[in-house]
Amino acid sequence: MTATDPAKAASRPVSISIDPSIAPPGTRNFRDAGGIPADKWHADQNGETLVPTHCCFCGVQCGMYLRVDKGGKVFGVEPRNHDINRMRLCPKGINAYQQVNHPDRLTAPLMRRSRDEEFKECSWDEALDFTVSEIRRIQEAHGNDAFGLLGGASLFSEKTYLVGKFARVALKTKHVDYNGRLCMVSAAGANKLAFGIDRAGNPFSDILLTDCLLIAGSNVGECFPVMTQYLWGARDRGASLIVIDPRETAIARTADIHVAIKPGTDSAFFNAVLNVVISEGLTDEAYIAANTTGWDEVKKTVAEYPPSRSAEICGVPASQIVQVARVFAGADKAMAWHARGIEHHSQGVENCLSVINLCVATGHIGKPGAGYGTITGQGNGQGGREHGQKSDLLPGGRSITNPEHRKQICQIWGIEESELPGAGTSMMEMVWQMQRREIRGLIGICNNPFVSLPNYAVVKDGYDTAEFHAQFDFFLSETAANAHVVFPVTTWAEDEGVMANAEARVVKHNKAQEPPAGVRTDTWVICELARRLGAGKHFDFPGSREVFEELRVASAGTVNDYYGITYERLDETGGIVWPCPSTEHPGTPRLFEDGRTYHPDGKIHMQVVEWHPPMDAYTEEFPLSLTTGRTVAHFLSGNQTRRLGALVEQTPRPWVEVHPSHGFRNGEPVRVVTRRGSEVFPALVTEAIRPDTVFIPYHWPVPTSANALTIDALDPRSKIPEYKVCAARIEAAERVDEVPAPPTPPGREAYPEAQVSRTDPLPPTSPQGRGTAERS
Amino acid sequence: MMGRTIFIDPGRCIGCQACVSACRECDSHRGKSMIHLDYTEPGMSVASLPSVCMHCEDPVAPCAEVCPADAILVTADGVVQQADTTRCIGCSNCVNACPFGIPKIDLQAKLQMKCNLCYDRTAYGLAPMCATVCPTGALFYGTLEELQAERPGVQVADSFVFGDVVVQTGVAMVVPADKVQWPVPGGLPVVEINGRDVR
Repeated sequence: MTATDPAKAASRPVSISIDPSIAPPGTRNFRDAGGIPADKWHADQNGETLVPTHCCFCGVQCGMYLRVDKGGKVFGVEPRNHDINRMRLCPKGINAYQQVNHPDRLTAPLMRRSRDEEFKECSWDEALDFTVSEIRRIQEAHGNDAFGLLGGASLFSEKTYLVGKFARVALKTKHVDYNGRLCMVSAAGANKLAFGIDRAGNPFSDILLTDCLLIAGSNVGECFPVMTQYLWGARDRGASLIVIDPRETAIARTADIHVAIKPGTDSAFFNAVLNVVISEGLTDEAYIAANTTGWDEVKKTVAEYPPSRSAEICGVPASQIVQVARVFAGADKAMAWHARGIEHHSQGVENCLSVINLCVATGHIGKPGAGYGTITGQGNGQGGREHGQKSDLLPGGRSITNPEHRKQICQIWGIEESELPGAGTSMMEMVWQMQRREIRGLIGICNNPFVSLPNYAVVKDGYDTAEFHAQFDFFLSETAANAHVVFPVTTWAEDEGVMANAEARVVKHNKAQEPPAGVRTDTWVICELARRLGAGKHFDFPGSREVFEELRVASAGTVNDYYGITYERLDETGGIVWPCPSTEHPGTPRLFEDGRTYHPDGKIHMQVVEWHPPMDAYTEEFPLSLTTGRTVAHFLSGNQTRRLGALVEQTPRPWVEVHPSHGFRNGEPVRVVTRRGSEVFPALVTEAIRPDTVFIPYHWPVPTSANALTIDALDPRSKIPEYKVCAARIEAAERVDEVPAPPTPPGREAYPEAQVSRTDPLPPTSPQGRGTAERS
Repeated sequence: MMGRTIFIDPGRCIGCQACVSACRECDSHRGKSMIHLDYTEPGMSVASLPSVCMHCEDPVAPCAEVCPADAILVTADGVVQQADTTRCIGCSNCVNACPFGIPKIDLQAKLQMKCNLCYDRTAYGLAPMCATVCPTGALFYGTLEELQAERPGVQVADSFVFGDVVVQTGVAMVVPADKVQWPVPGGLPVVEINGRDVR
């Protein structure tokens, strides 16, 4: 390429053309693209427009522009100077646009009457009629509760509201749950118990104000990369960083204290830290006395966890426990953020409560730079459970077992209270019920349990036992490939709606292109099914905006109050944090500043936490801890990211991370065996992991699936599976298991670029399993 | 003294490769990334480092100096451009000459390709795509004053020692505080490489 002459470049035509039908009023201001007026640089001689929206992936919800060509097609991405991410994007965000017009997109409904048949493309009427007839057949023969619905936390909040309403009003079943159950329900349960409100206490920006940041069980660098800018910003101010993680992750590498804890021992660790805080007189007794209940019992319990005892349980030096206590409690302002590392456990709720106890006892709560937060894995992990998609919740976070709450919602929905079902079961329990033929039919929307649920053999058996299974998706996921009917639905770029990020900040996604012919929005499909089931009058929603208006009203007066949030306000702002009770209210980025919580007594209810061992016992046969997690290039079950060439190239296959003390060479085939089965992965030999622990990233299906090996034990309160620890052993194997290609629609070949990379036999050569970029 | 340029801070790098993906999106070489992501201690730690073209200033761009076809142009503001498609003969001299291992050869096209500091963006006042998106600030685009305002006390180096040759670059590297050594003319410290004292 020749050099561009700046003088010539500056004289290029520079006006911006906007298609008013695509970019909504109030969002056409591109002055923040690059921090300078966009029309000074962004030539439009090609008819290109930028549509402001957000990333579809994790709970950070980075702002971005989608680049749309003059034909109305999304073809690229441009960074956006949004409050959350200030232009930053991670590789998933940069490549997300590629799924919008991907050749693997489903563009017609697929149908088959039995699993022995091949899928055939069919008309929308055929697919909808067959689904409705199967729902009727199953419910007439076995009762309404024999049919279930599983939603997803990557759906817009409007759609999650519709999923809950559709289950209770159209299907009349109590069995509705969502894949956020696999994500952050432990944190949600703990927050509700302690504070009466289910969300992070502080915005991301408070991280920049803190003096000590404690990150527990979160590989921020790979799972929430854009949040790292806040961490490094705090470090620039001199804040201490404490990281609790069995692996030396990218942030642990530079931490002041990295506690390489044994998986499944977190509450024993935090109890011991609190023990030291008390014995060294570092508690904030005035705050505790004025604002909390339950402190005496907590104090009594943590007395049983001296550092010497917890050091043995956790496999870390007692001196580190003392150090963490002194640094965290001694800081003027300290914050704790946690994620799946401490939540994916049969004691996930207790783990989160033990962190909350520490924050509260040291008075690090409800102040700028002091508080707690959980990092949501899915884009709408926070908003996805607020409006009735969860088995025990009604819109606005109301309890489905509370008579007053039931009455309120029945009035809004226009149904009799006797018609409203009670609480259902959780996602994993629904699979067990399918195995027992208690649930015989299922609709899945925006989830992929064949990869994301633990103990694959049980999941496959449950789904195979179901008499009817329909799935909404825009790619043929491993789970959709098992279905009788697959509805092709829109991507996030083809519809509008809101999501709530990890700060509980509600942001609006805008429509960037029309969906491909044959594709419908999830809203349209749900409303159409409801109409055919005879509940049409309750589902008269032309689009997301109308659903959002009902959602606002349904949430009014609740803890999760969205009433003051409107599409127009969201278009004008960088998002609004709920509760927001009126259209003049600015939102509530930081909680408990006045010391009051959302319990009726306004107090923080401190909870006693006792540590118990993980559910899968270590024996001579299974002496190691298997733990799982993400890699930066892939998202959840990988249904979206395993098809994008750049991301597949970055991380083509999973691996097992093992300590050098096991004697394996890098790339050598290693068989990982648990009580659920065994699989073979290439070894990634690194000193960045505990010798008694092995790690596998979980984005792939069998035969390279971490979740074929993990245990389906659940936390008794949150019903989250214990993904992060199970007993395992490793042994030498002959060859590694081949990485399967994602399923593609009938009659189409796999995406060629991704196919080449997927079959790449090379073992990982770097500590994070990624080959160093090729040089030619 | 350097103007607006890229500063690389390996201490902040999380190895996410957002820079690699972003570089691929850049209009000047869409579809190909000109950034390498290297791991500095494989098997020991996850430490990583993004490598962009250092836009050498003194001696003037070794890649351009050895180019037999005069295909590599250096602009007045010090940006070393990738090879001119009409001149490049694909001989790989530039690849061998670069002390940082940056240029790539597209053998089919017989063309050298490398980071040109997103000239298509910087010419309009925007930051290069990689430094724009970098989630951690491991790649920062701006002046030294802007960097130091954001990161108080940060020290950078723009001189590197290779055997007997000292190479001064347009792109600078953030230096860990305990590695800052000798001030040199121009006011910037030098990173010790191969244990050689270059005072």
